[in-house]
Formats: sequence, C-alpha cells, structure tokens
Amino acid sequence: MYQELILEHYKHPQGRGLRDPYDAEVHHVNPTCGDEVTLRVKVADGGKVLDVSYDGQGCSISQAAASVLHELATGSTVEESLSVVDEFTRLMQGRGQVEPDEDVLGDAVAFAGVAKFPARVKCALLAWMAYKDALMRSQA
Amino acid sequence: MSAPGFDVERIRKDFPVLGRELPGGRSLVYLDSGNSSQKPTQVVETMRDHLTWHYGNVGRALHVLGSESTEAYEGARDKIAAFVKAPSRDEIVFTKNASEALNLVAYAFGNPIGEDERFRIGPGDEIVISEMEHHSNIVPWQLLAQRTGATLRWFPVTDEGRLDVDGLDELVNERTKIVSIAHQSNVLGTVNSVSPILARAREVGALMMLDASQSVPHQPVDVTELGVDFVAFTGHKMAGPSGIGVLWGRRELLDAMPPFLGGGEMIEAVWMDRSTYAPVPHKFEAGTPPIVEAIGLGAAADYLTAVGMDQIKAHEKELVAYALEALPEVPGLRIIGPRTPISRGGTISFTLEGIHPHDVGQILDDVYGIAVRVGHHCARPLHLRFGIPATTRASFYLYNTTAEIDALVRGLHHVQKVFG
Repeated sequence: MYQELILEHYKHPQGRGLRDPYDAEVHHVNPTCGDEVTLRVKVADGGKVLDVSYDGQGCSISQAAASVLHELATGSTVEESLSVVDEFTRLMQGRGQVEPDEDVLGDAVAFAGVAKFPARVKCALLAWMAYKDALMRSQA
Repeated sequence: MSAPGFDVERIRKDFPVLGRELPGGRSLVYLDSGNSSQKPTQVVETMRDHLTWHYGNVGRALHVLGSESTEAYEGARDKIAAFVKAPSRDEIVFTKNASEALNLVAYAFGNPIGEDERFRIGPGDEIVISEMEHHSNIVPWQLLAQRTGATLRWFPVTDEGRLDVDGLDELVNERTKIVSIAHQSNVLGTVNSVSPILARAREVGALMMLDASQSVPHQPVDVTELGVDFVAFTGHKMAGPSGIGVLWGRRELLDAMPPFLGGGEMIEAVWMDRSTYAPVPHKFEAGTPPIVEAIGLGAAADYLTAVGMDQIKAHEKELVAYALEALPEVPGLRIIGPRTPISRGGTISFTLEGIHPHDVGQILDDVYGIAVRVGHHCARPLHLRFGIPATTRASFYLYNTTAEIDALVRGLHHVQKVFG
C-alpha cells in the first residue's frame, strides 16, 4: 500500500499551498478520520486548468493523493482531467478487483493497493472529489 | 512478575484467536480491547450450548425450552447483579449496549409521563458532563438539553488528562439535575475520582450517573460502594458478546422513571387507550431481548470472577506501567493522558510527531499484525481540547503480555523509519 511514490509525494508534496488567482474554492472533510482539504482551481477560457492549489491535513494517503492530483490536473484540460478523476474513482471503488488503466492514470496508479483497504479509500479520494466539486463550481 | 496465581499464558489459551495467524503469516497482537475485547471459549460454548439445546423465548413460553431459556436469562441477571454488587437483581436492566443505558436515563428527564420531581427539567436547569466523555455520554444529554431547554455544562480536562474539578462548587449547583461522567476515560485511561463530585451532587440534590464501560471490565466495581444513582456498561468490552449492555439503577429511582421503549413484556395490562407497566427491570425491557447475548454476558462475568477482578486489575497495572516506561523511548511520541500508572487504566493514547495515526495503525497492522485503534475514539471534543485530530490508542486486557508491548514499540520504531 505504501508505494515509494506515495511516500515521496507525502514527504515532498507538489504544488501545496493555496494560491491566487482562483475561480472556485472548496473545503472537504472526511468525518470518520478528520482529514480535511481546502482546494482551489483556476481554469483558462479555453478550458485549460492553469492551477490546482490546496492545503490540508491528514494521513499520507490523503496528502499524497492531493499532490498527485495537482501534478496530473495542472496543465491538462478540464475534460482530460475529469476522465482521470473518473478512472481514479473507478480504481478506488473497485475493491482491488479493477485493472487500472496506466495510460490514463500515470503516477496515480500507485494508489491501486489502497483500493483493497475500504477504510482508506475515502482518504485517497478526498482531494479528488474536492477537485471535481471545485471544477463544477468554477463552471457554474 | 504477575500477581500470584495469575498465569497469562494459561489465560491466553482460553482465547484461541490470540494464537491465530493473520494473512501473510503474521501473528496477531491484539491491543484493541478498549474498543471491543475478545471472547473466551467458555463464553462462546455457553452461547452455543444454549442455542443448540435450550433456546426458546423468555418470559412468555410455558414449555420446557421456554422455561430453560427464561431460567438462563434471569440467571444471567443474577450473575451481573453479583458481579457489580447490586443490592437487588431487579436493579439490573438489560439494554442493547451502554449507549442505550445512557439514553434510557436521559429519556426519563423532562418526560411528561414521569411525575417525580427529581426528573423534572426545563429552562434554567443544568446537566453536567465532562470534556473527556465518549460521544455516548455527550449526545444523549445534548438531545435532552435541546428537548427541554436545559443547559449542558461540563468539567474541563487538565493538560495531564485529569478531570479539572477546581470549579466543582460552581459547576455543580442547585440548578444541576444530573451529573454524568466516565468512570474511566476510553482515551486517556484516567480513572476519575467519584466521591468529591458525588458529595457535591448530593449537597445540591442532583442525581449522578457513571459511564463505566471502561471500568467494569478492568477492575472490581461495587455499585453500592460507589454510591452513585446509575451505572452504565456494556458486554462486549468485558469478554462478553456485543448486543447486550447493562443499566444499573437504584430501585426507587427506576420505579419512579417512565418506561423507555414500549412493547411486549414491559406491560402489566393493556387496554386500547392505556396500559399499566411491569415492575422493574422488565418495565425497561420491551420486546424479545438479546437472550443468548445476556446468557453469554453471564458466562463472561463467571469467567472474569473465576480469574479474579483484583488479579486482572493488578495485571493491567503492570502492563500499563511497563508501557508508560517503554513507549516514550520512541522519538516524537507524546502520550495524551496521565504518564504515571496512578489512577489510570490500561489504555494509552499517543501521537507520533508528523505522522498521522491512520498511517501508524496501517503499518502496525500490515507489517506486524498489531491491532490498535486510530482516530478520535468517539471522543472528538477531547481531541479538540488537546488540539489534535486523532490519536493512536493501545488498550490492554487480561490476556495481553509485556512481550506484546515490546512488539508495539518495535512496530512504532519501524513506522518512524517509513515516514521519518
């Protein structure tokens, strides 16, 4: 479960810290463990994701997942990043039975092992669900 | 090193699961008894035997099986009454768990069906709990305050994890209707000193309840000696099954309280427009009860009594003293709660600097088969008090050993290596 890549992102989070400008900001909480994330998105007119910035506290899985999300989403388009979110969600909710699509997921494939631990799936998804929520608000 | 006559290796044989191999060939180190304890063969076999050979509904079936079940179920009540030294067996009410026992008492207050002055409550009246309570001793009182307009107040907790009773005389006053606190904290391990608070409650005419879920399994508890009005505890933390809890209450108070749940067996006579109620304890036991669970709890009380509650207390005291010495060797480890083995039980919660408890618990389990609890342990306000979102908690019972504490310390060093 604790892949080297996850620990690497946890110890050296990418893109951490809230930045301006942004189109939408959301705050998501995992009530069972108290993990929380505040996340902002900035999207260009053409649908390019200019920045995903975040801050939060929680376990290594939740913090590393936010860091990986930042890397994957920043610079892609809204549409592309949402397809990554969908694939990541499918992997996480697959109880370890889903074969992940590495081409779509990139580094996020390192979280495949988390799917076998139902109690930790929410940790991995916290920032990703917040991102989806923030995108929806930014488009509204 | 243990108390004379106490043989932990022999006790461990009564709990086959402790010898179980986990996936990947790890052996089990079970340090989560404060959450729920394991069950000895004696309890499992008693329940199996009853289900296999004697089962019928209780209190209403006239046939042989019904009589045998009723005798065993009521026999369990006798055993529990003796276990906590209740003056009368009728003062033992079987509930689903400790939460239900606490809710039952909270529900008696401000209830228009009841007429007793001691349970009348409204705006201006006060309920006193503490900051170290489990949610089950917070939320029922919040609900009562919301229903009736009464005010909820609480004892603060000191930095050391003790109840702060400096403001006792102001906090518990003539407006106080009930004081309900933990006998032993499920997070800090602190055993609260009941008598000064009880003395003040008596002075102002307030009732007093104890949540003894974490004390009854671990030390001899004598409800008469404690002198309070109500005590709640649960079966699954004391080597019994889940689904069965206990409310002990003073007879004349239970008599004065309105029923809680309505239904079968809690009545005396029913007309279409009204009912009269069965005497206690059955007044509070509507519907078919958890029969086999109660019988299993009786067997658990027999088991613990045979081992000896004084012996169990002494054994756990040794374990906690050992752990309080050993754990601080781990760099960055901070114990949340008393750091001396005085007036505290075998529950130790801690944080590791910079490492989230979920990661601690996961590595301990994955690599070493060590079962601890991580999170806020249903005591979120207490964690807020210490400014932390969560802790890792190791809790000991009669079957734990110092070797298991050594394993925990080794595991924590490894956690440090992974995340440090």
